[in-house]
Parts: sequence; structure tokens; C-alpha cells
Amino acid sequence: MNNYARIRTRLRQTRSWHAGVLSLGAAAIVAAVVIAAPQQQPPAQTPQQPSDVSLVINGDPGTKPRYAVPDFVALSPEAAEAAKTIAQVLWDDLNFEQEFYMIPRDTYSSVPAARRAEDVAFAAWRELGADAVFFGTVQQQGGKSTVQIRLMNVRTRQTVFAKEYFNATNPRAYAHTIADEIHQQQRNLRGVARTKLAFVSDRNRDSLANTVEKREVKEIYVADYDGENQRRITVSRQLNLTPSWSADGRALAYTAFRPLPDIVVSFIYQGLLQNPTKGQGTNYVPVFSPDGTRIAFMSGRDGNPEIYAINVDGSNLRRLTNHPAGDGTPTWSPNGTQIAFVSDRTGTPQIYLMGADGSNVRRITMNESWADQPTWSTSVNEIAYAGRTGSGYDIKIYDIASSQARQITFGEGSNERPAFAPNGRHLAFASTRAGGTQIFTVGRDGKDLRQITRTGNNQMPAWSN
Amino acid sequence: MSRTRQIGVVLMLVAALVATGCNRRKPVTPQPAPGPTGTTTPQPPAVTNAPPAPPVRVDDALPVPPQPLSEDNVANRSLDDLNRESPLKPVFFGLDSADLDDIGRAAALANADVLKRYSTWVVTVEGHCDERGTAEYNLALGERRATAVKTYLTSLGISPDRVRIVSYGKEFPFNPGHTEDAWSQNRRGHFVITSR
Repeated sequence: MNNYARIRTRLRQTRSWHAGVLSLGAAAIVAAVVIAAPQQQPPAQTPQQPSDVSLVINGDPGTKPRYAVPDFVALSPEAAEAAKTIAQVLWDDLNFEQEFYMIPRDTYSSVPAARRAEDVAFAAWRELGADAVFFGTVQQQGGKSTVQIRLMNVRTRQTVFAKEYFNATNPRAYAHTIADEIHQQQRNLRGVARTKLAFVSDRNRDSLANTVEKREVKEIYVADYDGENQRRITVSRQLNLTPSWSADGRALAYTAFRPLPDIVVSFIYQGLLQNPTKGQGTNYVPVFSPDGTRIAFMSGRDGNPEIYAINVDGSNLRRLTNHPAGDGTPTWSPNGTQIAFVSDRTGTPQIYLMGADGSNVRRITMNESWADQPTWSTSVNEIAYAGRTGSGYDIKIYDIASSQARQITFGEGSNERPAFAPNGRHLAFASTRAGGTQIFTVGRDGKDLRQITRTGNNQMPAWSN
Repeated sequence: MSRTRQIGVVLMLVAALVATGCNRRKPVTPQPAPGPTGTTTPQPPAVTNAPPAPPVRVDDALPVPPQPLSEDNVANRSLDDLNRESPLKPVFFGLDSADLDDIGRAAALANADVLKRYSTWVVTVEGHCDERGTAEYNLALGERRATAVKTYLTSLGISPDRVRIVSYGKEFPFNPGHTEDAWSQNRRGHFVITSR
């Protein structure tokens, strides 16, 4: 919660930048006010001792709590669409983490719609098997909307969560904020509904200038975690590759070919670009350190691909690897003390670990003919990577404690470049399974596959905190 | 060609094939070459048989100018036209290799001669890879390919200031196909004249 509060505060401070410079409207520019919780009196027929009063709604023993999200109530006619959208997106967001059994929204017709919180038909919801039901209202005035929600325990008829939200332009942002707060309160889980995916796309089919070959521009795009609100970030009409989020989600580092490859840091809400490597040699594949101060990257500046680290402001450059083979594709451990990277020093690309100062290099992939694109989860001690299987690649996850790897995708197309969600429960990756190359998300158990992009070719996803 | 030379050529070809599958810095030993298609399985050195057909060179990726470029011809052309029918030939590489083979060295040598003749030209050597490797690894491999070409040009007396390098990994294939033929065209150090 502290984290969210901080982000929210920041977003409020820089609100004008959002709207004016890049208008990333999906950013959760939402302020929340606790109304009261619990607010309703427990009904007389189910008296409870104070010690039994819990804000956490449980399901039947051994089952997930069953949640219902009926359409929110539009308090003004122009709010009707937002009222429906918020409920649907909230349902999707809560369904994503699989912490609740989400009762399908097309089964609610047997329950009388409530116009006021006092009118919620608890008996009918109970009939439908719901343990928890939302009641929400949306008021829209002069392009601004205010959303009030309550989460109610159907058994006790208590309100366990009640808040008012305002100031967002996009109804989806309300839903994402509510979902994250419900996951936090009810399951002590850091949800990802407000996170973003960055990726590389050739969708605008621009051609590079100054080349006689037909070469298509690739630009960096950003989308909500569910693929909505896809926005172009780079406008260089060049090749832009390998985006990496800063820990606070406010900057992207990427490989920009200008036309020679260099590291660019884009502060996407300010429209500000920085160039820490300043064109010294060829520089590729930047990755932010977890504390946001350093960037690890690959460079050929000394005549061979090696890994270096540099402060975001361009100071304190250090070379971390020194081997005649090629070393590249770094990723930081969650506490920033180690770096995993790829080297072909044994003849094939394999994944190695080293200290963040380059010390103590050791190989971790032993049973792969080809392993690349390691990405260290920030929340679980695992490294996801792409391993060769047959003629393509599949996503695998290496558990550091057990030194065991497990496979997440199984030969449907070629699957590359995994990126963990910040809570480690899902991954994004690029796959050829649906024609062209597209971004997908999948649970860390390999289930719940979702296609995120459908326009042009899209690759190299990065998942924000 | 004498019998000894024939044997030598066979051994070189085998060595080149084998080298695609193992560490280029180790002594060459016959090991199975990895590769998703398994098309480059090396044969043991069969010195008694006729040499296997040499790998097909793919030199038509860029149209060859019908006639050698004359001084005037070059002087009158725009940079784009020069690059479209470039006097500088690509240097091709073996699978997962950044080493110049004899054919690659010959191409680089010819390019060095052109660069000596037009001593003001500045070129960019682009390292390209086929699509079979992962994107990030191919950025490193392409970097090594471009570096290998630049190093060789430098050893031939070309000033390093005149040769810039870039790796495009597998992002800009010359041949969009998914065949051995296409892949062999896409593993290259590609020369672009950037100023003259």
C-alpha cells in the first residue's frame, strides 16, 4: 500500500505532464478517500462477536471466495458506459490473479439490480453462490467522474471495503486501482492491474530512411498489462529494441539505433530523453538495476561484446566481464548484488551468474543446447529464459534454490524473451504461435494464456513494476 | 588441382563445418554440430572419396554491376546508387560463427582494395544473423561478425577511423525466407558506404 500511495502521490504531482506531453491516459491518476469500513450494521439475524468481525471475506472451507461484480450504478446518464466498463474490467482484473472464483457476469440476471447500497439483494446473491459482491456508483460531471465502491460480505452483509475515487479520465484506471487495492486488502497480494507492458513493434510499417534495403522501423510501445491503451513511445523512425523499465515505472531504457546502437533512457511522462553512454562505442540491451540508479548493458567498445554497468547519469562506468567469447543480455537480481547474463564461452549460449562487480562467474544452465534472454523475477527467486527446443524456443523458469528448470510453453510456435510480472505470478513473452510475432501473457504455471498484441509484429516485452 | 590440394580443400571444408558447432577458439574436433535443422552434420574426413560438393556461394543477394565500375561511373553516382550496386561485397559467415573463412577473407580483401582506391570513403560494416538464434544473442553475434570484418580490414591497412560497425542481429534479414539458402544470405558483414 505504501508503494501505491507513493506512486499515486507522484502521479498527482505530475498530472499536467501526463495530459500535456504524452497523455498516457490510462495512468491511474486516482485519489482515494476511505469513506468508512465497515459501514453497514451486521444484520440482526446473524449476530457476531466483535472477534468474529473480519474484513477478509472467505469462501467455503477449501474453496476460493466467490466474487460477483455487477454493473456499477450510473448516477448520471453520461456515466452509463463507464459504469459498465469499470465493472467488466474490475471483474477481469480480479480474475487475472486467480485468487477468487469470479462468478461470470452473464449469470447475474436473476439478481435484482440495486440502485442504492441498502438495496443490495443479498439473498439472491447468496442463492447464486456469491461470498462477496461489489456495489459501485459512477457520477460524471463536466468530463470528470467520481467512483464510489463497496465490497460487501454476502453472508454477514458487512461492507469490508469502501472508497471514493476521482480524477481519472479513463474508466479502466479506476477498475485497475480498485482491483489492486482489493487484492492487497483481501489477499495481501500485490496485484498488477496498474502495471504496464513495453514492447517493440513494427506495426506502423514505416521504412528506415538512408538505406537502400527495405527495412522497417521498429518503435517502442507501451500498453496496460491487459493489452489495452497501446501507445507509441519512440518516434525516431529507426530501429529501437530491448526496452527495460525503471523500478518506478517512469522511465524506459532501450537500444536506440541512431543509426549506431546506443543506450537511451526515456522518461516517458516528461518526454525527456537521456543518453548515458553518449555514443561511446556500440551499446545494446540496457537493463535498469532494481534501485534505478544503474544500467547494465552490452557493449563492443573494447572490441568484443562484454557487459558493463553505468549510472543513469552517465557516470561511474564499469566493465564487468572480460572473456574472448561474447557476453550479453544481463539481468539484475532483486537486491542488485548479482547479475545473470549469457555467454557462449563453452560454444553455445548459456546463462551464467556473477556478482554485480563481475566476480564469481558460474554457469547455471547445464542441460540446454541454447539458453538466452534471462530475466530475474523481482519477487520470486527464479530466472525465466528462452531455451532451444527443436527448431524454436520455449519459455523455461530456473529455480535458483533447487537449480531445477521447468518449462512453461511447449512448442506452440517459437517463444522468446520472457518478462516476469512484478509479483512473479505471470510472464509476458513473444510467440510466433498466432501468426507473425505477438506478445502473450501466461501464468507461471503455464496456464491462462492471453494474447496482448494483434497488429504488426511485436516482440521483446518488458513488464513494469 | 593436385591430389594433395584436393585433400587439403576437403579438410578445410570439414573443418569449416565442424567449426560452426564448437568453440571457435578450441582446436577443431569433430563434434556433432547443433542446429535445429541438422543440415550441417559433419562427415568424418573422408580423404579417399571425391570431395563433397562445395557449399553454394550466394553472391547474387545484391545484383552484380554488369561492368566494372569506372572512376567516372563511381564519381557520378549518389551514395544510394553506390550502395544499391555496391562495389563492396558482403562477407558471409557460417552458422553461429564470427570467423572469416577463406571466401570471406577474399571478399574482405577485395573490399579493402576498393577502399584503398577510394581513400575518402567511410563505411559501416553491419553484422547480420540468420533468424534461428535468439534476438539478444544475435545482437552479440552480429557485433562479433562486424568486428571480425573491421579487424581484418584494419590488418590490411585500412584506417579504423574509416570503418564503423553496427550489429542488427536478426532484425533486418536480406532474404525473408526460412530456408538454408535464405539463412546463408542473412549471415553477413554487410558494407554500407556512409560518406565519400
